[in-house]
Amino acid sequence: MNKFETELKNGNFIVSECIDCKQIIWPTSDFCNICHNTTKWRNTNNLGIIIEFSKKNDEFFGLIEVEQNLRVMGKIVTDKIPEINQKVILKECSFNKTPKFIFKTITN
Amino acid sequence: MKKVGIAGYGSTKFSKNKIPIEELLVESTKQVFQTTSNLSQNLIDGVIVSTNDNSKYLGAIVSERSGIKPKISHTIEHLCSSGTNAVISAFSYIASGLADVILVTGGDVIGNPGQVLEWDQSRGELNHPIYWGSIFTKAYKRKFNTTEEELAIVSAKNHKQAIDNPNSYSHEPYTISQIMNSKIITDDLRILDCSYPCSGSASVLLASENIIKKFTDTPIWISGIGQKTNSASFTKNDLLNLSSTISASNDAYAMSNTNSNDIDVAEVHDAFSVCELMAVKDLGLTEKSSSTEFIRNLFNTGDRKINPRGGLIGAGHPLGATGISQIIEITQQLQNNAEKRQIPNVKKGLVHNMSAAATSSTVLILES
Repeated sequence: MNKFETELKNGNFIVSECIDCKQIIWPTSDFCNICHNTTKWRNTNNLGIIIEFSKKNDEFFGLIEVEQNLRVMGKIVTDKIPEINQKVILKECSFNKTPKFIFKTITN
Repeated sequence: MKKVGIAGYGSTKFSKNKIPIEELLVESTKQVFQTTSNLSQNLIDGVIVSTNDNSKYLGAIVSERSGIKPKISHTIEHLCSSGTNAVISAFSYIASGLADVILVTGGDVIGNPGQVLEWDQSRGELNHPIYWGSIFTKAYKRKFNTTEEELAIVSAKNHKQAIDNPNSYSHEPYTISQIMNSKIITDDLRILDCSYPCSGSASVLLASENIIKKFTDTPIWISGIGQKTNSASFTKNDLLNLSSTISASNDAYAMSNTNSNDIDVAEVHDAFSVCELMAVKDLGLTEKSSSTEFIRNLFNTGDRKINPRGGLIGAGHPLGATGISQIIEITQQLQNNAEKRQIPNVKKGLVHNMSAAATSSTVLILES
């Protein structure tokens, strides 16, 4: 497993950021796809907003924007039907063949 | 640049049977030989295979099994749009003068791993296409107030049209009600809103203007090509527009010196019902009405202008064969040879093939 996968498995969602132009490179990469400088790892703030969502069986899932240029698909834990642009926090992340992201809604 | 046209074609029936990829490819290739006048193995300069199968060296295998010793032989993989990508490669060889005749054969086997893009970390564990299909559908419903009935009409139309396609995997005349009450996949997708991965193969023979009349009296010319890849990861997509399709269609229309008003028939990439609604708008085919009104009107009047062979939803979706099968349908329409599916007075047709949640698109314009 690479560093992203290992950290994710340990519950840390880290991303690659260009050391020069500071862009998040996502999916993660060792170099920037804009200026081709190297990237460094940094933590995300684990907060995001719901861009869109749906539901499978009893679980909500959706497209979450964590930071600019950083959107992921993940499950959404909530007591009520989510809303577009509703704030969420990363509740759990892991890695088992694929990344796994579970977010929890925060009341606006 | 030499003109390039379609000189012949062949297709297997699409099915849920597990058939080895080599057998599928050779079967549709055999049909090209059986139905194309004056075609012999020594006239074929290239064999290009389109597939997502992990089997190796398929260009050489198909060549050996078919008795061809080509100069050019290789495989093209580009997920769901592998077929049109392979045809564009063949077009380029011929247009440049490196070859005069190329066989393109594509196919996939049900259950192949090609439907899941494992590289895309941004999809997380939700990497099956139903998840992006649900997000696209929900966003579209939210923006346009689209009803479940309006989505179901896409599937009902395509299943109805697939009945007259002898190669489609389904010949069931599903009603709107049956589709709306079919198995729930997610809150925004029913099973009959989804295309069905299956086994199948389709082949086309491309030839230059120098030699094509040897094979057919009615060549169909590829007059426009557009392609665009925006990304590989789904999460960079605009959810309300197929932006790669818009770019690809603009290039294809410009190359063929035509516009959307001139298109008489189109095969569009209906991976999910919502994709057809999005595609007809982004290809410019619905300028006078909304996509839902446009598709409802086609359904109510029995007009087969969009997806006459049944689309991916009705005919099935063996990834590597799909783009080639779309090209065969438009070729048959332009040759006035589509039997029960024939649309009157067809002069120009369009093929729209996408990959991985519309992160990339191909558009072709064909004309007689």
